[in-house]
Amino acid sequence: MSEHTVKSFDEELSHLSNTIARMGGLAEAQLGAALQALGNRDSDLAVRVVAADAQVDELEQEVQHFTVRLLALRQPVAADLRQIVAALKIASELERIADYAANVAKRALVLNQQAAVKPVGAVINLARLVQSILKDIMDAYVEQDVDKAIGVWNRDEEVDDLYTGLFRELITYMMEDPRTITACTHLMFMAKNIERIGDHATNIAETLHFLVVGTPLKGSRPKGPSVEAP
Amino acid sequence: MSHSPSLPAKVRARDINVHYGDKHALKHVDLDIHAHEVVALIGPSGCGKSTFLRCINRMNDQVDSARVTGLLTLDGDDIYDRAVDVVQLRARVGMVFQKPNPFPKSIFDNVAYGPRIHGMARDQAELDEIVMTSLERAGLLAEVRDRLDEPGTSLSGGQQQRLCIARAIAVSPELILMDEPCSALDPIATARVEELIDELRENFTIVIVTHSMQQAARVSQRTAFFHLGELVEVGDTEQIFTNPQHPLTQGYITGRFG
Repeated sequence: MSEHTVKSFDEELSHLSNTIARMGGLAEAQLGAALQALGNRDSDLAVRVVAADAQVDELEQEVQHFTVRLLALRQPVAADLRQIVAALKIASELERIADYAANVAKRALVLNQQAAVKPVGAVINLARLVQSILKDIMDAYVEQDVDKAIGVWNRDEEVDDLYTGLFRELITYMMEDPRTITACTHLMFMAKNIERIGDHATNIAETLHFLVVGTPLKGSRPKGPSVEAP
Repeated sequence: MSHSPSLPAKVRARDINVHYGDKHALKHVDLDIHAHEVVALIGPSGCGKSTFLRCINRMNDQVDSARVTGLLTLDGDDIYDRAVDVVQLRARVGMVFQKPNPFPKSIFDNVAYGPRIHGMARDQAELDEIVMTSLERAGLLAEVRDRLDEPGTSLSGGQQQRLCIARAIAVSPELILMDEPCSALDPIATARVEELIDELRENFTIVIVTHSMQQAARVSQRTAFFHLGELVEVGDTEQIFTNPQHPLTQGYITGRFG
């Protein structure tokens, strides 16, 4: 889009997008590190992930403060307005995503006290899928690429399918060997958290569609078979 | 924000009162204006914001019934000292009015007028230099370079206003007062003047009176809200427009007045 007559407004808008991109990068790194801590039984790394969550919270505060400032001082309309409102929404999605990543790290700490169980690998597989979805949606944001966003939106079904399969697998393990119940329950919550990260990435896709096209993403989100509440 | 509170204020107003005959138009105003900041004065009609602005370059001297009391200083010099030469003061404190008011002269002579009467240029080359630089700084040079001999009044409204700004900065003032500089301009010309204000801040200090709160929000670093002759609240523009402290300010800027 061409530039504003008032240049400082352009600078402020690009500062806002850059902050969101930075926040997305940090959330991705947090999830990646949490998985590494889980896969390698690395408690030191898990502790660092839990501590680093505060940085994401700070960035969210920064975005919130900055968007309120822009709304009050620039009276944005049209695409500018959508960009600012979208930034506010995406920042809170990313904050939740990072929270879930920190929770995975926290549970990894507990798991490291237990004997290793096999389904860890399946949780990590689910997480790898969600990780790539998260990366794609942040790329789509930076490139303002609606098609990519719709692609992410459609992939949530894969996540749901994988999650449902994992749920069954964990129940089977626990029935076979009740000594794994503690570890498997933590893994189940981890899987749930990771599945939720996928949902938040889908929300970002919807917001991105609104940001670029100006209309909501139509139709109901594709849903895999739901899991009965345990 | 942009100003450094530790520096002495560029303009310092202490207990300023203005009476027009029996009417007490401005009541006990204390306000500091710092170098390189844009201060917006907002408030409903008759609140005293223009009266305050006009104290700073002693425009109120023109009004017979006006009486100004209190202390008003520019870089520590008392603006109302008997020894002050008002013409010199107005060279230090430029003014841009609501309606563009170019002189009935050429574009060049409009800008050259001030430097000529203040003897700022030793020769024609120096005068040319001042005029060109001023037009450039006012963001007008590209549009008028080939027509400097044409009358200033032949320009569009927005261009005329930028010509008036070029005229004001030609005498290298320290402070520029703007009294609703965009109220006669369309939104595009307004945006160009607002961008210009943002650029001028690097070299000048600007006080702007505006009826448009949105404009105050966009261009200023600090905002002062006047009501019935009193300065109700002054603060960083961001604070005034996101978290005003006084209920009157809140009422005014949100359009819930009275």
